[in-house]
Order: sequence, then C-alpha cells, then structure tokens
Amino acid sequence: MSFPEIDRMATFMRRKILDISFECGTSTHLGGGLSMVDVMSVIYGKVLRFDPANPRWEERDRFILSKGHGVLGYYPALLAAGIISEDTFQTFQQNGSHLIAHPVMNLDLGIESSNGSLGHGLSMGIGIALAAKRKGKDFQTYVFMGDGETNEGSIWEAAMLAAQQGLDNLTAIVDYNKMQSDGDSKDIIHVTNMAERFQAFGWHAEDVDGHDIDRLVAAFETPSPNGQPKVIVAHTVKGKGVPFMEHDGAWHHNRLTKTNYHAALEALGFDVPDEGDA
Amino acid sequence: MEINARSARQWSRLGPRGIFGQAILAVAEEHPDMMVLSADLGGSSGLERFRQAFPDQFLNTGIAEQNMIGVAAGLAKEGHNVFATSFSPFIAMRASEQIRMNLGYMEMNVKAVAIGSGVSMGLLGNSHFGLEDVAVMRAIPNMTVVSPADCAEVVQVVRAAAEFDGPMYIRLTGAAGACTPVYTEEYDFKISKADTLRTGSNVALIACGSMVSEALKTAEVLAEQGVAATVVNMHTIKPLDTDALDQLAGTHPAIVTIEEHSVVGGLGSAVAEYFAPKSDRAPHLSIGLPDEFVKAGEYGYILEQQGLTSAAISERVLNFLKD
Repeated sequence: MSFPEIDRMATFMRRKILDISFECGTSTHLGGGLSMVDVMSVIYGKVLRFDPANPRWEERDRFILSKGHGVLGYYPALLAAGIISEDTFQTFQQNGSHLIAHPVMNLDLGIESSNGSLGHGLSMGIGIALAAKRKGKDFQTYVFMGDGETNEGSIWEAAMLAAQQGLDNLTAIVDYNKMQSDGDSKDIIHVTNMAERFQAFGWHAEDVDGHDIDRLVAAFETPSPNGQPKVIVAHTVKGKGVPFMEHDGAWHHNRLTKTNYHAALEALGFDVPDEGDA
Repeated sequence: MEINARSARQWSRLGPRGIFGQAILAVAEEHPDMMVLSADLGGSSGLERFRQAFPDQFLNTGIAEQNMIGVAAGLAKEGHNVFATSFSPFIAMRASEQIRMNLGYMEMNVKAVAIGSGVSMGLLGNSHFGLEDVAVMRAIPNMTVVSPADCAEVVQVVRAAAEFDGPMYIRLTGAAGACTPVYTEEYDFKISKADTLRTGSNVALIACGSMVSEALKTAEVLAEQGVAATVVNMHTIKPLDTDALDQLAGTHPAIVTIEEHSVVGGLGSAVAEYFAPKSDRAPHLSIGLPDEFVKAGEYGYILEQQGLTSAAISERVLNFLKD
C-alpha cells in the first residue's frame, strides 16, 4: 500500500469508528481508538504480512492488541485489510457477537489473542517470538500497548525478559497519548521518557510522531540493532481527528449522541447525513 | 521410570518435587515440543537435571510469575507443550489472572505446576503455603485440576499431562521423606477417573494429594474400631468423577472428604457443591485446614497441629458417624 493509500485507510478507519460507535448505542473507547488509527493503518496497510483469504496462514506475522480496549482502532483495520467482512464488522457490540469491547481470540477473524485486562500482551508476544526463533520461522510479532498500560508491572517483567532473550523479531508499539482512564497521565503515573525507559531495559527504541505516516513506516522498517527487541513509541493525541475529543478525558469512554456524531463527521470532512438518514 | 515397591520407596524419600523433575526429564524424550518454564526456582523445583539435559527446552523467566504464564501461553499458541512451574501461591494466586486470561479463556496447552503446595514449605510460613490454590484454580473455566497422591502418581500425572491438550493445574503436596507410598505398581491412571483403593460399607473417605495415604491409615484405625471404610483417591478435583461420587453416595451412609487445603473452596467444597441439589445425599464431613493462617513449623508438626493425621482424622470420623 502506498502512503496516500495508507492515509486514506486511516480516514476510512476514522469514519468507521464514528459510525459503529454511534450505531451501537453504547459507550465506547473513542479517545484511545482514534489515537491509534494512523499507527494501525501503517501496521495493516504496510507492515504486517498476512493473507486475508487465510487468516490462519502459518507464516503470517502475529499482531496482539494488548490495549484491549482499543478495538475501535482494531476492527476497522481488520475490515480495511479484508480479513473481516462488513457483515461481521456490523455486529460490533451486539449480543453474542465475536466483536465486543475487548478482543476475543478468534483466528478466523485474525484476532490472535483475548485481551482486556492490561499488561498481558507483551508476555504472550515473547512466547510467540521465542517459538518463532525455535522453529526457525521468520514471521514477526507485534504487540500494541497503551501508555497507561505500562503502569502494569507485568509489562516491565516482560520488557526485561524480551531483552534478555534478544528477541529482535518482536516489536512493541506504545500508543503514547499521555492520557489514561482517569485523566492526564501526569496526574496519575507520570510516564516521562517512555523511549528511554525501554532503552534502559535493553530495547531499541524509536521515538516518533504517531500521526506521521512517513515517519511511522520508517520506524517500522528500521532494523533493530544488536539483536534487541524494538519498541516504537508513537506520540499520539487522544481523540485524534475530532477536535472536540482531542486531549479530552471525557472521551476515553463515552457514548456518541447524534449531535456529537454529526459534529465529528463534519470535523473529519464527511457529509453529515440528512435528518432521517442517520 | 518403572513403578514398583523399590522405586516407590526411593521416590518417597526424594519427595514430589524431586520426582517431578525426574518424571519431566523422562517424558521430555518423547516430546521434543515440550518447554519447561521456571520463575527462577528451577533448582527448587527439581529441574536442574532437566535444564542440563534439555537446555533448549528450559527457560528461566526470572522472578516474574505473571510474565511466565503469558510467555507460556505464547509458546503454547505456537504449538509447544508447556509446563510452567513455581511454588503454589506464586503461580496459582499471584499469576491467577494471567492463568484465567491466557490458559482458561484462551484454552492454551499449558500445565501450571505448583511445587510445594499445602503446608509442605513448613517453616517458610504462610507466604509459601498453598492452601487456597484449588479454590482459585477450579473457579476458572476450562481448567483441569489434579493433585497426585504420592510420588508414583506424580510420575503418572506428568505422563498423562504431557499427552493432554489443554490447560491444567498440577498440585504437588507432601514433602521429601514424608510421603507414604500409596502405589507400588503400575496402574491405569486416568485424568478425572477416581481410584478406589479400599472398600467398606460404613463410610467413604474421599481424599486427594498427601491425604490419600493418611486416609488409608485412617481406614486401618477405623477397622480396629469395627468401622469399614471405602477409600477413594480423587486425584482430579476438576472435573470431578461424578459417577464415582454417585456410586459412593448410593452405597455409603456417610461421606468424608480429606485434603491438605483450606476447607473453603477445595475438594470438600467441590464434593458438597455436587451433592447440594440432590435430595438423597449422605451426610458429609469436610476435613482440611481451617479458614485461618496457621502457625508455621515442620511439615509433620503442622499436620499434627491441624488434625491432619490418621489418629485425629479417625477420631473425627468416629464422632461424625455417632451423630
């Protein structure tokens, strides 16, 4: 996928996020879903090796959404990548659906891991990356985390082991939007210098603007030196793209009213449906 | 590893963790996909010889049990047959949410092995006791919970676990030199199939782990008092062998469960939960550790203090049968 196409994919994902958030009628994790869109469009549009016709393909790269509440940035990527169908996508938040507010492992839908409670994904990613090395497989393992999630001690347990094991086939991505459930991280756990923290644990870190597609692609493509695991610290804006949601903790988990939905569509440059259409 | 009277005697001196290490070494030959993980307790878990023999199949994840379970799940996801080991409270409780998410929810092929469960860590105190582990593990859907009765059964359980595809919690109780052999010959061990060791019509003693041998001794004491007891080794606590329970309830006027676990949530609770909705259930006495942190001491001292010896158990059973 070329860069303009990745950009279009991100726009498509933002539109889908707004649509399903409004249509499902429940509160959703909008802020952290929107902040990760550009990174996800790079991952699914450019970086990840997969076969949409065969989600179980043995040689596929493995992707784990460790920040499990980030499904609004995940299911639209699976849709855009052709791994899940529009019909499946439309079941979001319905009773008994496969696509609910936290991912449930389903290899046929390209979902590698059940997540929701934080701090689990990196550990599983280590196991997968270790297994790949043992089997001589060249697939890569990607683990997408939230910065708030790094409050969990298990992340740092995993960070130590990944470096110790020299897992240069493992890439972690931190959605560094500097906000968490109860507000600004600086008022809760002040995670300064995320990249340096991982470096101190023996990782190779790439510190990038998480909304700059060129820079993101370059960060993913930069090989990790010295057999180190790699972390891409993506500086992002919570609620990115919808001005009244940006940097506003109220949109961490909230319900989209029709008025807000229309305002958000407008802000993103989409036509607002006529009354009666919506 | 052949099970016979001689090996049973020798293994008993070594204790369950030493035997676990030997058993995993023996089965690893046939399982090149096996990985054994330890949270920096490889030596304490009898795994030193395994580490030397199969360095590529052993991984010390460091003192980080939560991460160990996640790593185990990732390895299992890619086709490895994984045994993850630590002391009971650190694996069953500290990493219980990881076990719930990674092993229960995702049904990963990982065996979580709890070394030194019950009170076998003696003078190390309650921080190291495993008295709530069965309660936690059996509450997690998809978990199979197994507690071998003696060192020979540890060997049988490891063999069976290596062939079993799915998450399992293996609870090792008893201490080196303090394990009375229950089994002195090869036998047909099957996960979830209780083993009847002795039959009698007056009372059914259902035990697991270290308390199976104590239940057999209790049956001897009861026999001297004219009370004939059936003794059942309920090595699999989840899923329970309910056919065996139905048969016992239909043929015995009283049931006693005996375990080296808190009376809250263990084998006794599991059996009581099964019988609760049945109208013709037999009276049930649940013997285990009290719902409190107990005084530490040598293994035998704690069992004695807590009434988990055949002398104390038989007295309680006789009083129960009188009521």
